[in-house]
Amino acid sequence: MAKFKRREKKRSVPKIAPRIAGMMAMIAAVLITAALRLYYLQIIDHHRLAEQADNNRIRIVPLPALRGLVFDGRHRPLVDTKPSFDAVIVPEDTPNLDVTIGRLEKLLGQNGFAKKIDDAEDEGDRSEYTPVVLDERLEWPQVIALETHQLELPGVSLQVTPRRHYLYDSLAAHLLGYVGEVTVKDLNRLPDYRMGDDIGKFGLERSWEGTLRGDSGGQEIEVDSIGRRLRMLREIPERPGNSVVMTIDLDLQRVAEDAIGERSGALVAIDPNTGYVLAMASHPAFNPNIFADGIPAAAWRELTTDPSHPLENRATQGMYPPGSTFKVVDSIAGLMDRTLTTSTSYNCSGGIWFGNREYRCWRKQGHGNISFHRAVVESCDVFFYDVGQRLGVDRIAAWAHALGLGKKTGIDLDNEKAGTIPSTQWKERRFHERWYPAETLSVAIGQGYVSVTPIQMAELAAEVANGGTLYKPQFVKQIDALDGSLVKAFPPVVENETHIDPQVLAELRSAMGDVVNARDGTGHAAKIDGIIVAGKTGTAQVVKEAQGARTKETALPNKYRDHGWFMGFAPADHPKIAIACIIEHSGHGGSSAAPVVKAVMQKYFELNPPQGVAPLPVPSDDTEPVDPLAD
Amino acid sequence: MAALDRRIIYHFDWTLFSLALALCGVGVLSVVSATWGGKHHGIDPLVMRQLIWVGAGTALMTAAALIDYRALGTYAYAFYALAVAMLIAVAIVGHSTGGSRRWINIGILNLEPSEIAKIAVVLVMVRYLRDEPPKGGWNLLHMIIPALLLAVPTALVLKQPDLGTALILVLITGTLIFVGGLNWRMLVVLLLGAVLVAPVGWHYLKPYQRGRLVSFLNPQSDPLGSGYHIIQSEIAIGSGGAWGKGFLKGTQARLNFLPEQTTDFIFAVFAEEFGFFGSIVLLGLYSALIARGAWIARHARDRSGTLLAIGFTGIVFWQVAINIGMATGMLPVVGITLPLVSYGGSSLIAMMAAMGVLISINTRRYLF
Repeated sequence: MAKFKRREKKRSVPKIAPRIAGMMAMIAAVLITAALRLYYLQIIDHHRLAEQADNNRIRIVPLPALRGLVFDGRHRPLVDTKPSFDAVIVPEDTPNLDVTIGRLEKLLGQNGFAKKIDDAEDEGDRSEYTPVVLDERLEWPQVIALETHQLELPGVSLQVTPRRHYLYDSLAAHLLGYVGEVTVKDLNRLPDYRMGDDIGKFGLERSWEGTLRGDSGGQEIEVDSIGRRLRMLREIPERPGNSVVMTIDLDLQRVAEDAIGERSGALVAIDPNTGYVLAMASHPAFNPNIFADGIPAAAWRELTTDPSHPLENRATQGMYPPGSTFKVVDSIAGLMDRTLTTSTSYNCSGGIWFGNREYRCWRKQGHGNISFHRAVVESCDVFFYDVGQRLGVDRIAAWAHALGLGKKTGIDLDNEKAGTIPSTQWKERRFHERWYPAETLSVAIGQGYVSVTPIQMAELAAEVANGGTLYKPQFVKQIDALDGSLVKAFPPVVENETHIDPQVLAELRSAMGDVVNARDGTGHAAKIDGIIVAGKTGTAQVVKEAQGARTKETALPNKYRDHGWFMGFAPADHPKIAIACIIEHSGHGGSSAAPVVKAVMQKYFELNPPQGVAPLPVPSDDTEPVDPLAD
Repeated sequence: MAALDRRIIYHFDWTLFSLALALCGVGVLSVVSATWGGKHHGIDPLVMRQLIWVGAGTALMTAAALIDYRALGTYAYAFYALAVAMLIAVAIVGHSTGGSRRWINIGILNLEPSEIAKIAVVLVMVRYLRDEPPKGGWNLLHMIIPALLLAVPTALVLKQPDLGTALILVLITGTLIFVGGLNWRMLVVLLLGAVLVAPVGWHYLKPYQRGRLVSFLNPQSDPLGSGYHIIQSEIAIGSGGAWGKGFLKGTQARLNFLPEQTTDFIFAVFAEEFGFFGSIVLLGLYSALIARGAWIARHARDRSGTLLAIGFTGIVFWQVAINIGMATGMLPVVGITLPLVSYGGSSLIAMMAAMGVLISINTRRYLF
């Protein structure tokens, strides 16, 4: 019976109502599922998705601040900032990356863009929607091609980047320095900097970074689904950097560098009355523009391993024995300490014996009976051996220190070197050894342990010129705003005042004047008609010669040849410019460095004719010039 | 006759009528939003057209409500033949947008015959299934004719290609056969068969259709390609939050991050601006409409009225489920409109006519 019933039921006509009810149950389940899904998206996951919606539409576009310009002393631009165009892509805005890249590569005649994107993404620190730079510094035709094909290149855009430009390439390269992309290490230290920002790495660019940089701004913009800019939501304007006006004179700098030519060496010209640096040259140099473009690794390696050290600023980092130019220090010390008078004379027989060895004068046959004046003019070594011996190393050192030698001048450049002025104390500290009196003889002629930098020697020349005032050497005169208004001026800074007797000064200047102007002076080559140049030559030995033997210069291979020095100032009576110059491995300073100094001084007086003194003797006929204002 | 008319007005189903118009209102708002280009642009021409469709649809709905639905059975096969003819015409003279050929231009509007085909398939199925099934329900033999009736329009629609409509045709036929009285064992056999046929179907999919399926399973596999639509739609809906960004304030739609934002993805436009609250209200409107449809089916005077109500309510349900499921990332992307809301003359008018038939069924249960 039960069995039959079941079969009956199974065979019955299906009722419609229960099936509709079943349908409705299924429908309810589906709609509830949809509601739960909406709850998940709109309530639980809302925060994350809202953020994504903002990321979708809001982009931050940095507005890099225009880096300040650099001018020479007469407001002529030396360094400026030019816009350069880069092709960038936001891969997230590019629906079909391969096609777009293909088109772009064809358009720019380049390839490897896909790899650049991969690399950028592999680095892992690229956040979504940040542009990847594909090609830098586009040429104008490329810029135009990109602009006109914008619609076929979704996600691709032009990015304007200001790039540093050094107008005269390698001119004053060591002084101006260069900029480069900020390193990851620097970024941890400098919160204001962002990846890809430029930062001064060397020279003025580095030490005046804070002035030049300015503050970068940014724009918050809304974009559509293919990255087209729709409107700006917010803007923080950038503040351009201030300009730096240097004390350097472009013409003087150029003449100095031309005069040094292809030789290695350095020159520093200073205004003795202010300490302002008028020119600072160092050769070999480099072209800072290659750093602004992002220097390729190979070029960087070449620069850093070059045996002639082109990246070194020889003016502040090169340490050389001063040679005979050091006799200026001996003279001041001797005359001021009264171990030496103007009437002191000494017999130079070509050398003196000290201990068991002979110390020779550069002039084999000797100078005979020689006075202070002639000893300076003809640079007699024997005379100054005697002066040195009588002074002793410590008094020489005390005077040298007071005059600023053997210590940093404090110029605003990184890694300035101090050099060495030896003393008994110094030797004790350094070598744990006592001072041998014979070593004083080497010191007296600027050899042995003595080493100085060209800028220190320029300062020494300036002190003789101004009567003993040691100014801090400055190469920045003032800071200007972009519109040219003065922000800050830098008056001269006195570092030390050494009292030098006017009479002593007069004697020394007179002797130094004859170094250049007297017939047998060693600095003949610096002589300028119509202006009295005072100076001192020097020859710095590169290798310690055995037992004071003097070998003929020209017989030596170049790298063992002596360095030639010249330091001096002009006009001798009321000096306007003081210069020190060294030419490496050039032999006598009188023949190598003196002409360089002469060229710079000549240019200086051409630009600034000395007042009260006739500029250059003009060959005149007998007729008196008629003063048009005379009655 | 006059007496009859008064009873029709007296028993008119204002509930269903209001629900349909409310959904049309949501649709017009969403189309305004999806096409909004800022104050200076004003109202997009698309909105004006949608308003015209709503007007025409309302008239057609009212007309359909006044017609005796039983007449539909008489003309079912003729209507079906007309729909198939139009689908064939599309294949020959239709014009295409975005790679598929779906429209025929008939002067004032671009007609989308696949929308007509949905109605035709419901009518023809109901015509065939309105007779009582035998004891134990319909078996395989009974299903041969419905299967053929389904196969012709489905094949033509697939050819366009319009996977979404084909899917709806299959689902709605299945629903009618199930409710109409399919043998239980047959149901199991058919479901099993569908599962077995699926891998074969994969073979016949176009590459972009396969891409959609793959990116549905893992949208992040290709966030800028096939997965893009799903991700952007989820972002739009999710960023709306509880209360939405406000009318005309959605950014995803405004900035064109959403694909097909007036049609297939209109739900995302609405949900971004009106939030979870608005989404639930919209879902509630549909639930009410579907419940009313089921109620009408349950209380219809005859089997054909019941099945017609099931068929048209079923179209609404399946389209809502698939469209929202797709927009919220629960289902792969197939082009299916949100009934009464999405922009589009053919789908709107066809849908409103179907609502009119539902009203007619409900009204006439008192008449005979």
